[in-house]
Amino acid sequence: MTAAPHTGPDLAKTPGPPAGSPPPAGRRTLRRFLPRFLPLAPALALLLVFLAGPIAYCVLIAFTDLQLTGQAQESFVGLDNFRRAFRDDAFLNAVWLTLVFTVVSALVGQNTLGLALAALTQRASKPVRTLTGGVVVTAWVLPEVVAGFLLYAFFRREGTLNAVLELLHLPSQNWLFTLPILAVSFANVWRGTAFSMLVYSAALNEIPKEITEAAEVDGASGWRRMWHVTLPMIRRSIGTTLMLNTLQTLSVFGLIWVMTRGGPGGKSQTLPLFMYEQAFQNSLIGYGTAVALLLLLVGSLFSLLYLRLLRTEV
Amino acid sequence: MSLSSRRTARRLAADAGLLVVAVAFLLPLAWVVLSAIDPHAGLRVKAPDGVTLEHFDAILTDEITFTPLLNSLLQCGGATALTVVCAALAAYPLSRYRSRLNRPFLLTILFATSLPITAIMVPVYALFVRVNLIDTAHGTIFFFAASQLPFAIWLMKNFMDGVPKELEEAAWTDGASPLQSLARIVLPLMGPGVAVVTVFSFVMMWGNFFVPFMLLLSPDLMPASVSINDFFGNRGMVAYGQLAAFSLVYSTPVILLYVLVSRRLGAGFALGGAVKG
Repeated sequence: MTAAPHTGPDLAKTPGPPAGSPPPAGRRTLRRFLPRFLPLAPALALLLVFLAGPIAYCVLIAFTDLQLTGQAQESFVGLDNFRRAFRDDAFLNAVWLTLVFTVVSALVGQNTLGLALAALTQRASKPVRTLTGGVVVTAWVLPEVVAGFLLYAFFRREGTLNAVLELLHLPSQNWLFTLPILAVSFANVWRGTAFSMLVYSAALNEIPKEITEAAEVDGASGWRRMWHVTLPMIRRSIGTTLMLNTLQTLSVFGLIWVMTRGGPGGKSQTLPLFMYEQAFQNSLIGYGTAVALLLLLVGSLFSLLYLRLLRTEV
Repeated sequence: MSLSSRRTARRLAADAGLLVVAVAFLLPLAWVVLSAIDPHAGLRVKAPDGVTLEHFDAILTDEITFTPLLNSLLQCGGATALTVVCAALAAYPLSRYRSRLNRPFLLTILFATSLPITAIMVPVYALFVRVNLIDTAHGTIFFFAASQLPFAIWLMKNFMDGVPKELEEAAWTDGASPLQSLARIVLPLMGPGVAVVTVFSFVMMWGNFFVPFMLLLSPDLMPASVSINDFFGNRGMVAYGQLAAFSLVYSTPVILLYVLVSRRLGAGFALGGAVKG
């Protein structure tokens, strides 16, 4: 494995060929380049075979009528799967529910609650801070399926939420039946808020004390300080958090599967669950994959936005 | 009001607000702990009617607990080892050499870290059926490793950038190859970074439900994340006490790992782990 014995790694002061100068003889660069970058090979192979491969395959079979069982040869059907999707009420329902789920749980829930917790943590006393941080982070570290069961028990008719409501003399109801999408959204807030809280805590800690103190001495009230001083200073963190929350929420499957299986009657069936149902319960792999491709495209769009936000840091 | 009494009032208000949230977050957690030891466990949080270990007794059998946990350990452990080795190898040239391909490669990697893996599971299933990797532990391990690699490479490269290159110079003059210098100098110096990548990858895979749910079929290969659903489906009436006990047994390793690593590394780990939620 000692491929390049006397070419130690470049130091920072010996940069590669300056941009704009003609590239040196291709062969020599290649001979230097290959052994140096050889350690990338195993990772590259895994990524190409098991990640890029399925993505390419996804694009391919989204345009076929591939089925799970009893089909000799699938055939190319062009855009049929996509046309079918946009005429399919169940698909449009899933798109709408995904939108509700993402906006309620990621954009509003996790993000706002995370920011509020981080802001409060700055002022709270140490024991309270430690306790809250510990509880919120525990909810986040738990395996997805366990979180699903805990919140299933919490929202069930005979569960804890209704017990609390009865205690307060408020009307109780069967949450998983009447408002399943709201129940799973709250479940996602419960599970995912820790991430926003941790990012915002770090961002708030980086704001120099003098700035907030100066605003305080000038007589700016708490809300105005938050709005005019703090929020503009952490806007980059807000952008990346919103992006990552959205991406995480778009791919939630286990949590909803455990709590409601997407039901009742598709009332909490977001796109990942719809995709699964089409591919495996209805055996329409081609159609399910077309839906998956749409989900992947939306995800890629958010990923690109996220990269743009990070641009200066790479 | 003086500035300091205003601050005290504000601290009390902040404490009260945080406590309300903490209680709300605590209720579902309290259910799992209390139900696991309650002889008459139901669905709501209540003081147990006594303390019993019968639920643990009932689930601590080969079929219900040990085989699934062993499967989890083998699959997630194997995939984590593969991820960490590949990521360390890949991060070295990316961190040490300059090339015009570095930036585009790293951007692609970063892009891949945030792709919704859920979306490609249907084609992965179809592909695995075609190449006979479906329902095999090694197929699952390969896919786990590949799906975790982008983030692992990204983290590993950033940690490696923190090890000054000057420290390797002595080794090069002694004639060490880049791989020797990676194994003997760089990796030991970035021990905490390697620990973060390892623990993070393992925790993500341990909790992952969808990947083994799609790629494995035989009950004797199922990891705990999937077998836990049997408490609902196959065993008739749901025994909530047993479900709670199993949840505790299954969750404890990752919580311990998290506590262990975050104690030693502080918020840096929390954030490093955070990026993928």
